[in-house]
Amino acid sequence: MGVSLSYQSAKRVGIDLQKSVQHTAAAFLATVMLACAALPQTTESDKPVPILTGNVGTFSFVTGGHNLVDTQINPVLLVPLGDRWLIEARAEFEGQFQRPADGGPYGGPVSKHIDYAQVDYVANRYVTITAGRFLTPFGIFNERLYPVWIRFLQPDPLILPLRTAPSDGALLRGGFSVSPEANMNYALYVSATSIGIGSVDSERHVGGRMGCFFPGPRLEVGGSWQRTLQDYRNHAFGFHMGWQPTQAPLSIRAEYAHAFEGIGYWAEGAYRLSQAHFWRKAMRRTELVARGQQFFVGAIGADADANLGLPTAETREADFGVNYFLRDGLKGIASYGRQFSSAGNFNQWSFGVAYRFLVPLGHVAEPGEAQ
Amino acid sequence: MKIRAFFIVLLVSLALASSVFARSHSANKEAAPAPIVRERDADSMRIEGEKRFHANCGRCHAAPQKFPPRMMATVLRHMRVRATVTEDDQRLILFYMTQ
Repeated sequence: MGVSLSYQSAKRVGIDLQKSVQHTAAAFLATVMLACAALPQTTESDKPVPILTGNVGTFSFVTGGHNLVDTQINPVLLVPLGDRWLIEARAEFEGQFQRPADGGPYGGPVSKHIDYAQVDYVANRYVTITAGRFLTPFGIFNERLYPVWIRFLQPDPLILPLRTAPSDGALLRGGFSVSPEANMNYALYVSATSIGIGSVDSERHVGGRMGCFFPGPRLEVGGSWQRTLQDYRNHAFGFHMGWQPTQAPLSIRAEYAHAFEGIGYWAEGAYRLSQAHFWRKAMRRTELVARGQQFFVGAIGADADANLGLPTAETREADFGVNYFLRDGLKGIASYGRQFSSAGNFNQWSFGVAYRFLVPLGHVAEPGEAQ
Repeated sequence: MKIRAFFIVLLVSLALASSVFARSHSANKEAAPAPIVRERDADSMRIEGEKRFHANCGRCHAAPQKFPPRMMATVLRHMRVRATVTEDDQRLILFYMTQ
């Protein structure tokens, strides 16, 4: 159990279940009610309509010989209001089931929590103001690559728990062109409270992220910074990059994070076999992926790292996988990885299916229908 | 506490400053000739939109199918926030995805 859960980086291990269920229900009900209230305003044919999107996935993770069946649904509610407002919320319902050591049917915990519930106001071309609970913009994986239908490999990167617990507060962000060759993007945030270690601590922090995207070569580079405003009042920083060369169906991403809790990096690549000259129909739906990563325990110590879902010893890991896109938003996945650590080496396999859904919560004209 | 207060003041100041800057920027734009993109015909906008669609959306995920315009408008507003897509990119991608 422990091995399997830490393999999954024990997504948000510190969440208190009971509290989380109450918060989940209350926040999601509130946003759904707001969505319903917004419906009458969206009658004009060109106005954005509230939508329910998200992803569903079921995966089998075999870690060191132990099988874990992970089934999850992550609904995302998007409610546009007027020309500048957006209410958005994402919940996570996840069951992690294992067969008991003495046999019997699969069983295990089902966690439910709100990843974010925020109100966005697009103030102008440079600034969007966000208030509420939001995903902490430290690095890019947590905010942009986390959904199961997006990520290249289903196992989380080892450093994902570093400084990525949801923030409760305010966020300014924006993306704008500084020249025809470059776009800048930034995020500045302050969190009054945040679910932290052991689920009972709250955390206050400030931070920011800045990046530069070059549309020509499709290269993005950036950095993140965060400072906690309590206890050790320590700093954390990180760097990220993403590159999709135009000459090949290749995508490369990497992140580095340096924090009190640990130091680590990951780099991954995905290659779509659309250039293959055989079995073209199948090949263009197939993607080969690989990831390498390393983690070093920080000054916080191994026990505290374990509570955060981080490895308890210096760890290296390599993963290889294949994704097959059955249709838009639906893909089958399989991967193999091996983890090397002084705590023990082991293999990890994963198999499963991920699906992205998108449902309008109001009338929409079909493509081609007269507006 | 001081840092948090400073940071909150900084965020508010930045928001206000950007509003002033954006307003002056759009005023300048109104005085200047119409943006190049407005002079282009629909085909040019579609081509530019497709280019920006692949450059921006491909940063994170495989290209999705086209959805009805009202849904795409919501998705792109979400992406404006989540992926810090620029205002121009949002407009051109929406045009491409709804044609």
